[in-house]
Amino acid sequence: MREIKASDITDVIERLCIEANQVLPEDVKKAIGKCRSCEDGEIACQILDNIIENYKIAEDEQVPICQDTGMACVFLEIGQDVHISGGDLTEAVNEGVRRGYEKGYLRKSVVKDPVRRGNTGDNTPAMIYTEIVPGKEIRITVGPKGFGSENMSAIRMFKPSAGLQGIKDFILETVEAAGPNPCPPMVVGVGIGGTFDKAALLAKKALMRPVDSENPDPFYADLEKEMLEKINELGIGPQGFGGRTTAIGLNIETMPTHIAGMPCAINISCHVTRHKTEVI
Amino acid sequence: MERHITLPLTEEMARSLHAGDTVYLTGEIYTSRDAGHKRMCESLARGEKLPFDPMNATIYYVGPTPAKPGQVIGSAGPTTSGRMDAYAPALMAVGARGMIGKGARLPEVVEAMKKYGGVYFGAIGGAGALLAKCIKHCELIAYEDLQSEALRRLYVEDMPLTVIIDSEGRNLYEEGRAEYLKNRKK
Repeated sequence: MREIKASDITDVIERLCIEANQVLPEDVKKAIGKCRSCEDGEIACQILDNIIENYKIAEDEQVPICQDTGMACVFLEIGQDVHISGGDLTEAVNEGVRRGYEKGYLRKSVVKDPVRRGNTGDNTPAMIYTEIVPGKEIRITVGPKGFGSENMSAIRMFKPSAGLQGIKDFILETVEAAGPNPCPPMVVGVGIGGTFDKAALLAKKALMRPVDSENPDPFYADLEKEMLEKINELGIGPQGFGGRTTAIGLNIETMPTHIAGMPCAINISCHVTRHKTEVI
Repeated sequence: MERHITLPLTEEMARSLHAGDTVYLTGEIYTSRDAGHKRMCESLARGEKLPFDPMNATIYYVGPTPAKPGQVIGSAGPTTSGRMDAYAPALMAVGARGMIGKGARLPEVVEAMKKYGGVYFGAIGGAGALLAKCIKHCELIAYEDLQSEALRRLYVEDMPLTVIIDSEGRNLYEEGRAEYLKNRKK
């Protein structure tokens, strides 16, 4: 049994919240650069250049890349041989978010009630996803998630007879409906299988994977490539002004499901797709 | 076409702008988003005055990050405009003319733009660090309790924008995409 102090978790979360919001991950930078070199739309090239200039300014001046510094989505893979001491885990995470959003001059974008609203003032609570895994480490990923793109996400409970074509059509339909709203070029996270809720979680996890990574199953790796190409034939383009680059990446995550179902969730993200990981 | 515009935005100026124009805006604009719009429209419904004179005003849909010491404002890119669709026609009815944001608008907003002479400008979504550079002054004027959603008066210099929807109802999202698909290299 390895002991990890709750306060160490707080420190890591604080740091990850700030860094994730100021420094775009290398995989996302690379994907934007690659799309810029393939872009053939005139306004589109100019917008991609501005997007690149923007993330460079943010990194150099240590300011947020985007003013929507998001809800703090925190993924914790906790080794089963770890004992967390000196405090409550949920509170340790929220304290890290609280400090990070204050010290990093990040926007507090969380309301305490979905209907009655009212800002909580410190960007808590975090959205916490815990998983117990083998080992004696804790792997922490912070992915601040903006809502311009979150709002364009969708889920559908397909009949199995809808098959692969049903999934393909749903992906294109969702991107089409999102149009200019989620700040294209976007990143598309697709979750297929599980239950209603698990499909949505898979879609969110797909957004945490590097955008240039492939699903280990060649069937889904091919589907990722095919759907990214199809999305980039829609012509929506950067900011929706027309162009090739509608999405810079598409990741698919899957799991087994019921004989009667084929849930599919699509979580849309933007060109400021942020994720930063640290292992304690 | 490239245009340099000094605010306030008169009806004549607004009607001379066309979808696809690149515009560099200089002058005073106001920030407001979801909660601020709701409150302004509640005030109007009660017959009260708004915290600023809406005549020929331009509203930027933004909730900036807090300014670091030495900064005028934090990162300040546009939020999705569609959430303000429920309120925009009422504000245009009392004289507000320019809207800065990103994303699609409902037909009733476009109808109000045609009627009153409104313009919908797009700023680059997700480019908040870059856009903050053209904001030279920032002053909180109302609804302080709404924090990032409070009403602020900004002074901007050559703010780079694109006309998305003009007062004739022409729409760059439709035209730009159609144009790209027509001309794209096969």
